[in-house]
Amino acid sequence: MSSQDIPEENLPAAQGQAHGAVDVADEKNPFADPGLPPHEHRIQDIDERAAKRSERTVALLFTLSMLATVGFIVAYLTIPVDKIVYVWTLGHISALNLALGGTLGVALFCIGAGAVHWARTLMSDVEVADERHPIEASPEVKAKVMADFRAGAKESQLGRRSLIRNTMFGALALVPLSGVFLLGGLGPAPGTKLRHTAWKKGELLINQNTNEPMRPSDIAVGSLTFAQPEGLDKHEHGYMNEIAKAALMIVRLHPNDIKDKRELEWSHEGIVAYSKICTHVGCPISLYEQQTHHVLCPCHQSTFDLSDGARVIFGPAGHALPQLRIGVNDEGYLEALGDFEEPVGPAFWERG
Amino acid sequence: MSTTNTTAADPRSRGKAPAGERVADWADGRLGIYSLAKANMRKIFPDHWSFMLGEICMYSFIIIILTGVYLTLFFHPSMNEVEYHGVYEPLQGQLMSEAFKSTLDISFEVRGGLLIRQIHHWAALIFLAGMFVHMMRVFFTGAFRKPREINWLFGFLLFALGMFTGFTGYSLPDDLLSGTGVRFTQGAILSVPIVGTYISMFLFGGEFPGDDFVARFYSIHILLLPGIMLGLMVAHLILVFYHKHTQYAGPGKTNNNVVGMPLLPVYMAKAGGFFFLVFGVIAAIAAIATINPIWALGPYRPDQVSTNAQPDWYMGFAEGLVRAMPGWEINFWGHTLVLGVFIPLVLFGLVLAIIALYPFIESWITGDKREHHILDRPRNAPTRTAFGVAWVSWYMVGLIGGGNDLIATHFHMSINAVTWFVRIGFFAVPVVAFVITKRICLGLQRRDREKVLHGRETGIIKRLPHGEFIEVHEPLSQEQLYTLTAHEQYRPAEIGPATDENGVERKVSPVEKLRVKLSKRYYGEDSQIAKPTVEEYKEITSGHGHH
Repeated sequence: MSSQDIPEENLPAAQGQAHGAVDVADEKNPFADPGLPPHEHRIQDIDERAAKRSERTVALLFTLSMLATVGFIVAYLTIPVDKIVYVWTLGHISALNLALGGTLGVALFCIGAGAVHWARTLMSDVEVADERHPIEASPEVKAKVMADFRAGAKESQLGRRSLIRNTMFGALALVPLSGVFLLGGLGPAPGTKLRHTAWKKGELLINQNTNEPMRPSDIAVGSLTFAQPEGLDKHEHGYMNEIAKAALMIVRLHPNDIKDKRELEWSHEGIVAYSKICTHVGCPISLYEQQTHHVLCPCHQSTFDLSDGARVIFGPAGHALPQLRIGVNDEGYLEALGDFEEPVGPAFWERG
Repeated sequence: MSTTNTTAADPRSRGKAPAGERVADWADGRLGIYSLAKANMRKIFPDHWSFMLGEICMYSFIIIILTGVYLTLFFHPSMNEVEYHGVYEPLQGQLMSEAFKSTLDISFEVRGGLLIRQIHHWAALIFLAGMFVHMMRVFFTGAFRKPREINWLFGFLLFALGMFTGFTGYSLPDDLLSGTGVRFTQGAILSVPIVGTYISMFLFGGEFPGDDFVARFYSIHILLLPGIMLGLMVAHLILVFYHKHTQYAGPGKTNNNVVGMPLLPVYMAKAGGFFFLVFGVIAAIAAIATINPIWALGPYRPDQVSTNAQPDWYMGFAEGLVRAMPGWEINFWGHTLVLGVFIPLVLFGLVLAIIALYPFIESWITGDKREHHILDRPRNAPTRTAFGVAWVSWYMVGLIGGGNDLIATHFHMSINAVTWFVRIGFFAVPVVAFVITKRICLGLQRRDREKVLHGRETGIIKRLPHGEFIEVHEPLSQEQLYTLTAHEQYRPAEIGPATDENGVERKVSPVEKLRVKLSKRYYGEDSQIAKPTVEEYKEITSGHGHH
């Protein structure tokens, strides 16, 4: 090998020291480990003025940090918490947040930059090698440990006295059961809770926007209205649990457009009421396409066809949205004719 | 021992020692710090940018703990409904939980509260992203090999627990977006056969949303999970110290040493300084970039939702699986098997488990029982690298699925098309990524081989006297030669002859057959390029120059 034509840029300072080694290794094994390359001096190692410059840079960074901390304290004490400023590209933002974050960021960053610059330019950069030692114990150590263990095990008589051993294992296996039973207090058994909602016969449909009951004439074809049972009051405790099941979508179609027979039967003059809770994992469905009567769940894009029994036409939902049977009462207001016939929301093991 | 002797022999010398030394003496007598320092104070750490990824994770974790403790001073983990009368005008008079209200107060009324909240959330994202990248660094360089398999598992557990800590954390403000995420989780829990309904009732203290989950998530988020994670992180670090850090192959670097610079002073300064750099950058991000503006989202109502409902990015992979899965449901004997949700739930765990168990699979295939402290270049382990890239691409397909609505609206594509891409891509993309990556690795191995045998292409074109043009190749230095040829190449396992020396049929277990098959796929002729031998090198360099 003609190691003479090795270009300088590929072989920095290694030439001087490693040259002999290369020649020797060359004979037998050109791929041999040439050993650690010799240390290359940095400008700071040779030139005291450069080292001084580094020192001043580090000190400047630390000083900047101090100034930034003073700035942080001043900002904390002087900027009102509700002051909003316009900053180009950032928009209207909290002045206090910007000032505190900016000064804190500079204060921290400068400490880090100073320390790293100090380490890189002034601390020794001589590479050293540490020996590694195998992790596995020597056979003697292992033999000693095994002997100790056998002696200990024998002295315990655990192997000999099986009555003690078996009852001990039994006791240790049973005792965690107490903890398992204590967890029972976390919640009630499911029972039939997931099967019932606040809807019942005669319950008025209340428009969630106006908080008023609705007449069929209030609902235009192609509109989407959200409704809840009259009996629910959002100020009452337990409202969240009830609305999570009872939320209703009301849509009006031309009766001729309704393809599903039962849907038509359960509707009133083309007005249909479906559960708003997606049968996939329970997001409220909120996107309605007037032309096609498709509704889309914004969470996982399950798409249901409200003109065809709300069957699933795309996405991960497993079954159609439950429909609520509706009619009008004596005063002409829309009312429920009963609860949903199947559980609303996501499917579960006991749903069947 | 020696300390006690000295002290006993000459008590006066102790009195004269500087104050710092006397404090150290005091501590040593009780804690044995000198023996600890002897082994560790000048411990050598190798230098490489990729070794800092783990540090980013550690520092962001510390930042999360510091800022998290601050936030607990102001946050009320309660779902009691209250009417809002704070400084934020748009929500005046609205009903909301105390959790949401106290988060608004932290953001608008506590001086610096918004900054700490944003640092906390940004650091959490960086923590998870850092762990992902750090894990990939460890994977692609083979740093998980013996003796570091257990530390790989510790790291993996930190990643997995980090996801759940993040999830329980961003659910606490009880805003419309996070509540939707909790609802999704509850729906997913319901899909678990037999016990799903019970788990849901127990977790939420009854029906969803109930009054309890914020308080329960709170204790999980600030105590249970971070407590476990802190323990795991300490164990992770102890093992890094104990095993000593891995290093890349290079002149003077062997499997029996570690080459670098000492902890005191260089790494104290560099690593300690790096903490401040990470903290400073995160503080600056929190100063200028809003994260999770719950005031814009509003309080949670189970019958309301916003579009673009996305989890934080690290949950996007699970989200994508759920979005892409067809809605399979099987009804039988009065029960429902909700495969459309349950399968993604299982897949989520399974995909993660595959990468967690990989080190054990590889060591079983190689049968290698030695310690490995020299890192592989990814190209020199083509099958592993291809597997890793396939896994990452799998993860990315899930991530795309998790953001299918954003992709559809931003790139004006049909959401159905994006979902179908994810459905097909879930099976096809990893295979394609595997094949392509392996080809790239083999190509790079061939290039290394060329470089070793023929030298570096200089780009200088020389015209020979007889008119031929050649490119001048420069032979590599010995350092480069060593670095490029230092890796080991396994030979594929053999199943051995079908009969033994007596002609009796040998019994080979199917497990062993599988191992041999996999070993051939890993280390066979098609899966690695033989590295140049000394003979090949000598023949080429001694004979006819180098071009």
